[in-house]
Amino acid sequence: MRAEALKLWLDERLGTDALTKLARKKEVPVHRHTIWYYFGGMTLFLFLVQVATGIMLLLYYRPSAENAFESVQFIITEVQFGWLVRSIHSWSANLLIATMFIHMFSVFFMKAYRSPREITWVSGSLLLFVFLFFGFSGYLLPWNKLAFFATKVGTDIAGVVPFVGNFTMRFLRGGEDVTGATLTRFFGFHVAVLPAATTVILGVHALLVQKHGMSVPPGVNKQTVKTMKFVPNFLMRDLIGWVLAIGALAALAALFPWELGEKADAFASAPAGIRPEWYFLFMFQTLKLIPPKILSFDGEIIGIMAFGLGGLLLVIAPFLDRSAENRRRSLLFTAIGLVVVLYIVAMTVYGYLA
Amino acid sequence: MDPHSRSNSRARINRFAKLFIALALTLVSVSLAAAQKKDSCVDCHKDMQGPLSDPVTLTRGDIHQLRGLSCSDCHGGDSSQDDPGGAMNPAKGFVAKPKPKDIPQFCGKCHSNAEFMRKFNPVLRVDQEREYSTSVHGKLLVTGDQNVATCISCHGFHGVRAVKDPQSSVFAMNVAETCSKCHANADYMKSYKIPTDQYDNYKTSVHAKALYERQDISAPTCNDCHGNHGAVPPGVASVANVCGQCHVRQSALFQSSPHKTVFDAMQVGECIQCHSNHGILPPSDEMLGTGEKSVCTSCHSQGDNGYQEAGRMRELIDELATRMNSALEVLTKAERAGMDVSRPKFELTGAKDALTQSRVMIHSSSAGEVEKIISPGLEVADKDQKAGEGALAERSFRRKGLGVSLFFILFLAAVIILKIRQIEKRQ
Amino acid sequence: MENKPASPKRREFLDYLLGTSLGATLLAILYPVMKFMIPPAVTESAQNSVVAGSAKEIAANTGKIFKFGTKPGILVRTPAGELKAFSAVCTHLDCIVQYSPEKKQIWCACHNGQYNLSGQNVGGPPPRPLEEYVVNTRGDEIVVSKG
Repeated sequence: MRAEALKLWLDERLGTDALTKLARKKEVPVHRHTIWYYFGGMTLFLFLVQVATGIMLLLYYRPSAENAFESVQFIITEVQFGWLVRSIHSWSANLLIATMFIHMFSVFFMKAYRSPREITWVSGSLLLFVFLFFGFSGYLLPWNKLAFFATKVGTDIAGVVPFVGNFTMRFLRGGEDVTGATLTRFFGFHVAVLPAATTVILGVHALLVQKHGMSVPPGVNKQTVKTMKFVPNFLMRDLIGWVLAIGALAALAALFPWELGEKADAFASAPAGIRPEWYFLFMFQTLKLIPPKILSFDGEIIGIMAFGLGGLLLVIAPFLDRSAENRRRSLLFTAIGLVVVLYIVAMTVYGYLA
Repeated sequence: MDPHSRSNSRARINRFAKLFIALALTLVSVSLAAAQKKDSCVDCHKDMQGPLSDPVTLTRGDIHQLRGLSCSDCHGGDSSQDDPGGAMNPAKGFVAKPKPKDIPQFCGKCHSNAEFMRKFNPVLRVDQEREYSTSVHGKLLVTGDQNVATCISCHGFHGVRAVKDPQSSVFAMNVAETCSKCHANADYMKSYKIPTDQYDNYKTSVHAKALYERQDISAPTCNDCHGNHGAVPPGVASVANVCGQCHVRQSALFQSSPHKTVFDAMQVGECIQCHSNHGILPPSDEMLGTGEKSVCTSCHSQGDNGYQEAGRMRELIDELATRMNSALEVLTKAERAGMDVSRPKFELTGAKDALTQSRVMIHSSSAGEVEKIISPGLEVADKDQKAGEGALAERSFRRKGLGVSLFFILFLAAVIILKIRQIEKRQ
Repeated sequence: MENKPASPKRREFLDYLLGTSLGATLLAILYPVMKFMIPPAVTESAQNSVVAGSAKEIAANTGKIFKFGTKPGILVRTPAGELKAFSAVCTHLDCIVQYSPEKKQIWCACHNGQYNLSGQNVGGPPPRPLEEYVVNTRGDEIVVSKG
């Protein structure tokens, strides 16, 4: 009786009853592509791991050129389980980017962005950029040599963009060069600006997913498709994935601890074989391969503009793909997607081998 | 015109006047100087054909020329005379080309004159001529040997540069090559019956490596051991003093060691007995002890005191080297496994230091002294070995912890699967 | 559905297992988290500057080796009482230098390298001066930092 009373009390104030009803009503279509539905939840879970471990690291991390490296070293040597927390934060970040890409491409190939889910797609693609920036800014924070030079190169690339490039580079670096000022900025982006942006965009994204439910891909008959309940059937399956993710993170952290490397030194020469994190590698490698002059234009600028355009096209993809709207297969977009995936994979592999 | 601008224009006129006067003065003084500094040697020789113009062209950049000296300051004569007979008048001290035997005095006219040299460089020594007379070169010169080195053999002439000038033939990095021009020439040295392999040997030495590869001009070349103007082979008794100029500790230890009196009595060169002379290689631990490459066994044999002492010193050094390497190996292994061992790695420099110092201490020939240095080094090495092992133990603890947690995690996943089945069966 | 009591016992058992394994997993997560929050014994991580010693322990005309990051440093109190700090790595062959009270110099035992109390190489084989650090005192603590 007491539990019932509490339920009632809460419902009157929070409207929990409506939420429970909504959760009960929510259903997930079951077909041969259902597996891809799990990657959104997985990305969300890894993000929560990032939030938790990130907050923990904040207890000891010091965002300054003088202390950043030493404080991370302190975390992994002196703080109990500091090595674990720091390694999980790094590993989880990388897995998150990976699951996010999988999620994005699965949504793309299942044409789940078609009406009325265009805004869901747009918010998701914005999250992609936010998380890439998360990765880029977080990479610098340990203030080691590799990150220092990767950031130098990365911001240099931003500087090439016509008109706004120089300003962007100076804005990102907090000056002409990568210095302690850059670290302070990146720290600010990483722990304040980006989390705030994520909260808003992710809120919209999740709300829209809730509103529209899971999309059924064009190849599957919407009328005859089987469904399962979100609570508890789908959620418990999600849970298995999350539990296994925890295990995988623990194993990766314990067996392959994320290296700290050497402290950054602005006056040292750049180490050999410098390259960005793997998820930027395909762009990095492309810019390396592009000839310095295409007709009379600067090759690097063209490359950067092309990636910029690609990003833009990605965001507005739902508005371009008219055929998918009518539940047709829109083979053209599938083909484009495949080419993009192949290109990214090939360039990344090439980047590692080169 | 307001008064302000009038004063302005007056100032401008003033400035012009000053400028004009300055220009006129400069012109006058330049022409005066030209008149004063008439140098008929240069005036004639510069327009001559072939080798007769060389003295003028070669002297450009010569230290003497840069200091304002000219031909007649060395060669004598009267450079204010235009006719060759007057300018190159032997009565006025003119010497065209001094004979080798006269060269030391020729240069010594100025270089042995303290009052004169002080005007150019107050710290420059003025005893080169006297030093030279004590050298093998100088002694042979007075016997009438015209082939030995004199001032110009090493310093050149008409293009003499300051010793610190990297282009100088006697700049530290060029000395050995300069000496080798004669000393590595077997034909030239034939009549003197001395070896000609010094330069080749020197080039293989640790000193040459420091000088040429690390560009460390404090590293010794020929003159640092043999002297420059007073060049002689160091005598047996003075070898340790020569080497001790830089290797102070080794030399002092050797002087206090029992070897000192024995080596002196045996008339063998101190350092070079073990290290050789020109081709001094970086020393290795194998030179010590009783092994095949040991230098000790050339005098000592099994059973004698020195043999034992040498063996003991070698053991001590090997022991430290081994334990230090073992500690380093464990630490590297732990580091590769992702453990942070920067602190013990730092401390290991203490052991490395002890090793370096013990390699110096062996010159005392006392195993007891060596042990005093080795023991603390061993302690450090052992401590770091333990730290490395501790780090590896920590790693296996992590793995065990991971195993336990993974067990629960996988178990949980399995139970959830069962639960799903159960729920879906009911549905 | 409910009236098909397949095995209420089995259901209970499964719930029990679910509860315990969930608890164990949570414990496996919370234990490191809790441990992480406990401040470690060494509470400071700063390394750009380091406490090289206490003002009392170092008398005039003595020196002391300290750890500065991954390299050794040497702290010297000159005969006049001034505090100075340098890198303790000899520029000749990387031995650790020491203070010689007799010569009032910094001295490397390996090959008799000598540096004066400004770190200049004044004798023996060292090719370069020692890098000098900035010394400040904070109460009794001597704080050395890179300039």
